[in-house]
Amino acid sequence: MTELLTFYLFAAVAIVASALVVIRPKPMHSVLLLIVSFAALAGLYIGLDAPFAAVIQLVIYAGAIMVLFVFVVMLLNAHREDEKLGASLKGPLRAGVLLGAVLVAELVWALTRFGGGRGSLFARGAGEGPGEASVAELGRVLFTDYALAFEATSILIIVAMVGAVVLAKREL
Amino acid sequence: MIPLLVAQFGVLLLVFVALLTSAAVMVYAERKVAGAVQQRFGPYLVGPKGALQPIADVMKLLMKETLRPAGADKWLFILAPLISVTAAFTAFAVVPFGSRTTLFGLLDEPVTLQVADVNVAVLVVFAIASLSVYGIVLAGWSSNSKYSLLGALRSASQMISYELSYGLSLAAVIVLAGSLSLREIVEMQGGYWFGFIPKWFVFLQPLGFVIYMIAGVAETNRAPFDFPEAEQELVAGYHTEYSSMSFAMFFLAEYINIVTVAAVAASLFLGGWQMPFVPELVARWSPEAAGLLTPVWFLIKVGAICFFYIWMRWTLPRLRYDQLMTFGWKVLLPLSALNLLVTAAAVIYFA
Repeated sequence: MTELLTFYLFAAVAIVASALVVIRPKPMHSVLLLIVSFAALAGLYIGLDAPFAAVIQLVIYAGAIMVLFVFVVMLLNAHREDEKLGASLKGPLRAGVLLGAVLVAELVWALTRFGGGRGSLFARGAGEGPGEASVAELGRVLFTDYALAFEATSILIIVAMVGAVVLAKREL
Repeated sequence: MIPLLVAQFGVLLLVFVALLTSAAVMVYAERKVAGAVQQRFGPYLVGPKGALQPIADVMKLLMKETLRPAGADKWLFILAPLISVTAAFTAFAVVPFGSRTTLFGLLDEPVTLQVADVNVAVLVVFAIASLSVYGIVLAGWSSNSKYSLLGALRSASQMISYELSYGLSLAAVIVLAGSLSLREIVEMQGGYWFGFIPKWFVFLQPLGFVIYMIAGVAETNRAPFDFPEAEQELVAGYHTEYSSMSFAMFFLAEYINIVTVAAVAASLFLGGWQMPFVPELVARWSPEAAGLLTPVWFLIKVGAICFFYIWMRWTLPRLRYDQLMTFGWKVLLPLSALNLLVTAAAVIYFA
């Protein structure tokens, strides 16, 4: 009962905060609401018996990545969104809505077909009791079964990092 | 007989009150130590030897007017100190400050002297440290003042830079202990090597301990890393525009953060509530008393580290900003990565 209650609580917070991220006119408020949404997701992970994933979510997304977002908003001194810009974004807006709809359809299809959550990355470790057992298991799975995906992701991140440095330091 | 739930609530209340008190004690200790370092008395008028000075300070702050600059972002301006204080209080919840006790049979079951025995406690401490930067950053941004903004920018870049070394020094201990639970890590540090050296991780991780202490100073924004509020350059940095209770909240958060960093350092490296030899003598007389004395050992260690931080603040001058960044990225980070690699290799080799 409490599990269901906390699930709905965190889910509601995540959805409302995410909606407000889009709606709010001030960029700084949007960034903070996104952090709230990430924190609510972390709460959902705890409900799924994956405390490690929850804390990592907080450290990486709510902590490290969003600090950079806040940094950028601060440096740009963007107190309000540009209203004129909104009118010129009609095309991308439509494409975004379409993409979102496709994603929802895909998720509904995948979840109804392969529902239950068994066999997922985090659920495996959680079976042997939460906490450090799941951390060790997560590490083992990550570096054996999912080694290719892991390495591909790290190469992707390196490429993105090098790209960012090249873009920022054009004069050098 | 008192049920366990009530006892746990009591522990929660005790930690809350103790943290509030520790902030007051830290203010007094800071002013007294500063006085001693600079060869003057420090506060001595209010109460015996000036011991009631923190209460006078709080009263003074409470009676001041709460100001908000024109053009400040109202909600974020109010929210920022709250985030700082909440983060400061939350982090301590996972720190064990003593073993289990039944208070001489007053309780049916022994109560654990820790607010929340989370099995990923070390990571929770790290996560809250990485979230606490928002309090400072938002304060600086929402104030609509250039000094505040500069302070916030410095704070954000400093905390991001030193968080890496901080995390890696934590990771080395995690690898060594094979556990993420602070309680288990502390319990692992009982006993002796060769019969007289206590099994504290500081002896296995001397470099990790030094890195943690340095990164801890940077995380709490204190001298010689107090750039976010460098008063000679930025008036008061991120809290320039704050007054009254909202200013006091930032100070409360700063002191509680020091206590928490010290408490985590004591738990990870100095054996937490373990103490060599003395508890065994007490346990011969009464095991229950030995259990009840564990918070005292913990308090001694935390106090010693806090004193060290205050001592350092009043002894060392502030670094230059480029020195801070160079030191963080080019010295501390490679050293902590090396420390982690060597630790991991040693653990695999000796396991």
